[in-house]
Amino acid sequence: MIGFILRRLGTMALTMLCLTLVVFFLINLEPNLKKLAISQTEMRTTADQLENWLQRNGYRQNFFVRYGQWLGVWPKQPNIDPATGQSVPRFVFCNEASEPTFSGILQGDFGCSTKFKNTVASKLFPALGATGILMFWVMVTMVPIALLIGILAGMREGTRMDRTLSVASIATTATPEYVSGIIFTVIFASWLGWLNGSAASATSTGITFYNFTLPVMTMAVYGIGYIARMTRASMVEVMTQQYIRTARLKGLSFSSVVIKHALRNALIAPFTVIMLQFPWLLTGVVIVETMFRYQGFGYTLVEAAGNNDIDLLLGCSLISVLIVLMTQLISDVGYAYLNPRIRVQ
Amino acid sequence: MGIEYMGAWQIVLGVVWRFWPVWLALVVVLGASFTYKKKLGLYGQLFDSSVGIAGVAICFFWLFTAIFAATIAPFDPISQIAVMKDALPGAIEPASGVPYLFGGDKLARDVFSRMVYGSQIVLIIAPAATAFAIMVGVTLGLPAGYYGGRIDSVLSFLANLVLAFPVILLFYLLVTPGIMDTPIPYGLAGLFFLFPIIFFTTLFWTRFKDRPDRLYVTLGLTLVIGFWVYAGLVFNADPLGIVSIEPNQLNIFVAVVFASSPGVFRIVRGLVMDIKTRDYVAAAQTRGESPWYIMLWEILPNARGPLIVDACLRIGYTTILLGTLGYFGLGLAPESPDWGTAIKDASRLLRSFIHPALPPTFALMSFVLGLNLLADALREQSMKD
Repeated sequence: MIGFILRRLGTMALTMLCLTLVVFFLINLEPNLKKLAISQTEMRTTADQLENWLQRNGYRQNFFVRYGQWLGVWPKQPNIDPATGQSVPRFVFCNEASEPTFSGILQGDFGCSTKFKNTVASKLFPALGATGILMFWVMVTMVPIALLIGILAGMREGTRMDRTLSVASIATTATPEYVSGIIFTVIFASWLGWLNGSAASATSTGITFYNFTLPVMTMAVYGIGYIARMTRASMVEVMTQQYIRTARLKGLSFSSVVIKHALRNALIAPFTVIMLQFPWLLTGVVIVETMFRYQGFGYTLVEAAGNNDIDLLLGCSLISVLIVLMTQLISDVGYAYLNPRIRVQ
Repeated sequence: MGIEYMGAWQIVLGVVWRFWPVWLALVVVLGASFTYKKKLGLYGQLFDSSVGIAGVAICFFWLFTAIFAATIAPFDPISQIAVMKDALPGAIEPASGVPYLFGGDKLARDVFSRMVYGSQIVLIIAPAATAFAIMVGVTLGLPAGYYGGRIDSVLSFLANLVLAFPVILLFYLLVTPGIMDTPIPYGLAGLFFLFPIIFFTTLFWTRFKDRPDRLYVTLGLTLVIGFWVYAGLVFNADPLGIVSIEPNQLNIFVAVVFASSPGVFRIVRGLVMDIKTRDYVAAAQTRGESPWYIMLWEILPNARGPLIVDACLRIGYTTILLGTLGYFGLGLAPESPDWGTAIKDASRLLRSFIHPALPPTFALMSFVLGLNLLADALREQSMKD
């Protein structure tokens, strides 16, 4: 088991290295650098001045040197003002060492956000916290409802309840967040007026039922159908097993067979699915946070990408890739742990 | 000048009436399919369940809407008629007396016509991108599953690399206006569009190697058509000027294929690893067939069931991806009538007007729902066998 986890961690590190290199390459394409230089300097600068700005701020160094500096395996050179010979930080809003230092991701330095005029860390981690709260509520509502629907549909295959619930869960998988979000806003905010169509106040004044229900509901609905269908399939399979028939023939009631015998075995497969939902929720987070103006991770990612904020976008991609890979690892390990047949081996 | 409005019932009747070519085509096609369902194989079996009929009907509805869009839509999807700005549903356009059935949007365009024309964009890009993704996934998944070993490790690592990328981040990096100045989208397009040619060339070569009469015809056709389309799509240099694609559409196309082909790869690889242990594969190996013959003519036909189901689901998922691109305003032109862009425009003004938002959302939802129902019915049918 330890060997398995170590091997997986090794692959993970390699994957992260490759992915950050790809992201680094795509962000630093010439048109993107131009865009950044234009937005960071005053209007109506000449091509020479733009080039000069890029040169001065170190964007023209060798690609691998810059990647190494970001990663923290190559020293960052201080920015020397040619007129005075003094070292001046590249961006006034970030501290920078005055002598060459190793300062990158490995040392915990995420760099400077050019859009928010602050360090990346001070922007990214509060945003992650805000998204964590959203994710928590989504999981708390989504998982029990989905499991309940799946179990109810799967325990008696082919009945009317099974068919109704199955079609309902197919319908929710067909409504992406930007569709359900609009429909819910129209119904609950514009028409009934029960809920707030914007979660902007959640960031400033705190989370209430009034401003937070719509984002949570919108995100949960898309995931419910998928988990419910997986649970149903797994439940249907378990209910045809011999030990269920034995338990029924022993004279146990249907409900106690379902709860005591079937449920435990039927929930192994959905566990994997729920873990693998996290990366999928990531796209949902971006859509929902943009739609309801909630200042979390997704909102930060959109702002970073829209303004070509290199360090912030790199930080965002590093974290999202890390989340995806961690959930894959946890789902594999957890699956092996939950399934006795694999555990023995 | 006051604008006159129609009543709610008149709007419903008007919408039903505008769709007359679709109803006609639906009656003909579904009637014929239902009559001859015994002879139509897997497609005919779909008509045995209500879920299957619903799925087929919804998919055909949008297919015919896309085909007859010019007849159905009363207005041009981009032209603006200033009086009709933010008009409510059923407002009658004074000059022509034709109603804006679903009202006008903030740029005074007819919401109904935009929804109808939007189906064209979705129904061209989503199935085509899925087809290319399947080609790429199959061509790489077959050897990975069949040979295993180092090929498998390398290809699986690459597939997992792409799968670990959050889709939304991938789109933000790959579908930006700036990237059109670099050779990256064209390079990727050149790579992806090679796969169908490789696939069909290998397919016909392994089958007709010993029958030159068939070989030359099929290979010749594949290469001529393949490179003709290739030249048109990748280099925009079709000698006849028929095949062409807008640069931003190419960019979207490439990004969607890139995002969904690893999924196909994983499924194909898993299926091949399962099927290659069967007796008929061993029989073919004993006969001395070449590995690619076994992969393409023994294993692939037997993997078709799950692949067809996956293709249906994947077209739906691609539609959702296209909507996501539109929603974030990536790639597609800002005035494009596709559903995602329409949803984005409408959602910004949801507080003042809700009517422009609803038609595209219901259109997208119903189309994906139709595909999902179709996939579900197909899965049920293939499990019965």
